[in-house]
Amino acid sequence: MLNYFKEIFVGIKSLLIGMKVTAFYGTKKTITAHYPFEKIPITPNFRGHIDLVVTKKGYHKCISCGMCERACPSGCITIEAVKPEGAKKKKLTGYTLDFTKCSLCGNCVETCPTSAIKYSNDYYLVGTSRHDFHFDLLARAMKAAEEMGIEWTEPVEKPKEPTEPQAEGGESPAPAGA
Amino acid sequence: MQIQSPNILLIVVAAVVMVLYVFTNSAVLVWVERKVSAHIQRRPGPFEVGPFGLLQTAIDGLKLMAKQLIIPAKADKRIFMLAPVLSFVPPIAALLTVPFGKVVQVQNLDIGILFILSLAALNVLAILIAGWSSANKYSLFGAVRSVAQNIAYEIPLLLSLLTAVLWMGTLNLGELVDAQGGFWFVFTPFGFIAFVIYFVTGMAETNRAPFDLPEAESELTAGFHTEYSGMGFGLFFLGEYTNMILVSAIATSLFLGGYNLPFITLNGEGILWELIRVLIFLAKAYFLIFVMIWMRWTFPRVRFDQLLNLCWKVLIPFSLVNLAAAAIWIKAVGG
Amino acid sequence: MIQKPDPTQETLVLNMGPQHPSTHGVLRVVLHCDGEYVLDAEPVIGYGHRMHELIGEVRDHRGFYANVGRMDYGGALSFGHGHILAVERMLPDLEVPERAEYLRVITTELNRVASHLLWFGAFLLDLGAFTPILYSFDDREAILDLLEHVTGARLTFSYMRVGGVAADVDKDWCDGVIAFVKRMRERVPMYHKLVTGNIIFRKRVEDVGHITRDMALKYGCTGPVIRGSGIPYDVRRSEPYSIYPELDFEIPTSERCDCMGRYNVRWEEIEQSLRIIEQAITKLPEGPVMADKVPKVIKAKGEVYQAVEAARGSLGYYIACDGTTSPYRMKIRVPSYSNLSILKELTRGILLSDLVAVMGSFDLVIPEIDR
Repeated sequence: MLNYFKEIFVGIKSLLIGMKVTAFYGTKKTITAHYPFEKIPITPNFRGHIDLVVTKKGYHKCISCGMCERACPSGCITIEAVKPEGAKKKKLTGYTLDFTKCSLCGNCVETCPTSAIKYSNDYYLVGTSRHDFHFDLLARAMKAAEEMGIEWTEPVEKPKEPTEPQAEGGESPAPAGA
Repeated sequence: MQIQSPNILLIVVAAVVMVLYVFTNSAVLVWVERKVSAHIQRRPGPFEVGPFGLLQTAIDGLKLMAKQLIIPAKADKRIFMLAPVLSFVPPIAALLTVPFGKVVQVQNLDIGILFILSLAALNVLAILIAGWSSANKYSLFGAVRSVAQNIAYEIPLLLSLLTAVLWMGTLNLGELVDAQGGFWFVFTPFGFIAFVIYFVTGMAETNRAPFDLPEAESELTAGFHTEYSGMGFGLFFLGEYTNMILVSAIATSLFLGGYNLPFITLNGEGILWELIRVLIFLAKAYFLIFVMIWMRWTFPRVRFDQLLNLCWKVLIPFSLVNLAAAAIWIKAVGG
Repeated sequence: MIQKPDPTQETLVLNMGPQHPSTHGVLRVVLHCDGEYVLDAEPVIGYGHRMHELIGEVRDHRGFYANVGRMDYGGALSFGHGHILAVERMLPDLEVPERAEYLRVITTELNRVASHLLWFGAFLLDLGAFTPILYSFDDREAILDLLEHVTGARLTFSYMRVGGVAADVDKDWCDGVIAFVKRMRERVPMYHKLVTGNIIFRKRVEDVGHITRDMALKYGCTGPVIRGSGIPYDVRRSEPYSIYPELDFEIPTSERCDCMGRYNVRWEEIEQSLRIIEQAITKLPEGPVMADKVPKVIKAKGEVYQAVEAARGSLGYYIACDGTTSPYRMKIRVPSYSNLSILKELTRGILLSDLVAVMGSFDLVIPEIDR
């Protein structure tokens, strides 16, 4: 019998304690951000989709070796490159990322021998069709250069230059195929 | 001012006014509920549509009205459509007898309490036929739960109201308020216990958390109104909020002295006094609703058998003893 | 197989799921009910099957790593930890720097706290309380902010690498972690006031879903489910890996065996994880976070089984390699699968509401069961 009353007393007390907690937080300031008007600052380390790095000279660093293409587990990256007649380096003509397949593992960035790709901070991604997420990274890099105020300048290749950037890519097991 | 013979025109006008009041009340209450729950959960709640988001419920109501009413193929169509109406109309009719002020009371019945209780009991019928006619197992579970719990919580509810009726010696709501005057019934120990019991069972009556067993979202998806869409669901929603105001209006009139301030009886004549009385009444009723909302957003849901246990093992004994004690006190001391 | 209802028995067959608010994803439970009493509960899984194991057999080890986080959205880092440890065991020459191992443990334990907070909120949602999940998400957001700063993602972290971790941390981050540990300790009493002591909550979980020691052992339950039945089994202690032997922490158990026992165990585990984080942060050695010589192409031979303690229990990777770049066979032993298998025996004759409470107390993550 005593237990019966004790349980009722303890029960009511516990309910009142719970109501006190919600009342306490009810009077405190809200902690949410009013999203479209307010944005939470994003950490610079955020791993978004990949982007080509724009150098100070206004060009990308990609040597079209194809390491990223092979490292990608989902096959999102397509590289198109041509080797002009008489030139030693290949020239990147297209770098497409199919972001619909990407799982943001970061293997491409880590295998790149010239650190030509980086993670973008772009997380407000929205599109009306999946084709909106087939990014042309070369075009994006040109646009980024424009925004940074750098003119997109293709380096003029000197045919007699002794240093060969592709030597770096020599560590890779197989040379890139265009 | 009591109306002895029923004035049909007055009742019709009052009913229309009451329907309007119920709609506005529900719209405001939904907004209040969303705001209170949001602030408890440290969110701002609706704030985009209108000032402080006040028009949010109006827009939501419009959306509900514009939605298609889907009737399941296997449903019993007539009963299916009747159920929302049945859950929405009786509380409005019951509200007609509530004394918001000395004059602002549509029809002062001598058996006001009985009238309200009998109409309130229809709510369960609405849930039962809604669940039964939906041809959905979850809805059926909700309906069955509602009926079973109804028997359990109606008894302590009636017993606690009976204590008040016994104390004041009348079933007439207006007279009940006047009998308390400034000395509210809740100030007496009997009144306090009866009030607590009434409030707990009243929350079960409105099917609100922690007693929202018939709709128990995480168990029965949406319980009895799983299959209702558009305004069918909207009417259940309106019914729930109208029931809330009804439950707190009864609590206010029977236990919290109606339109009287504590220890001050307001007997002034004239429109201004009447307005003050109505405001006081509404303030009390809405405070009780606020507490209901506050409790809903704090507690988990009780289990079905636990509600029955609570009712049969705690509330009924307490209310019976309370009633008996009140009766003895009245005989011995003389009320 | 799903039992056909016996026509001579007047039972109601209720399909709980695959779309149901409290099955936490696409789990379907076929219930045979007598009124509200559950006579038989048969979980039907596979709605979210994504062939992770098979993908693991066609991709190379690094390429598969991004997938493991997708199996368990609550505690992606411990799934990554297990996979990376398994791959590293096949490369005996590889020496993982100590700092990397510490960072793995710190992030994994932070992730474990986040996972338990997610479970706490979801469990209370199952029981019909809406507010606790938003309080627990407040704390969880703080963890995710920390983890996002170092890993770059908020849910599927992909932080660890064969031979180390992807990114190093700075002192500010370590201070942030210490501040979080302090904040979390201050918040815990609030949760206990709001929920643990609450009479309605206690009535809902006490003496519900009683798992005896034998049952827990028989079904291979792990994690808080077995520890809630009084068996102090924790992979971090029984098969020590990483730097856990150097850290001082306890394995909380409960003799209650019911939902309340599992609930208490998880809260105590949050405290133990905070202790581990504190110790690891203070002991965090200087140095590189990536091994010097990591083979570019992993061509391993042989088989390994590596178990780690995920937030939901023992998680094991069995990888058999035949010398090519991708495994010959990959088998992942996930905790939720074994924990779910007990449901049928456990829920015989209990109420529908209790079934929801029991499933909530298991902390099921359906993508992990389906894989």
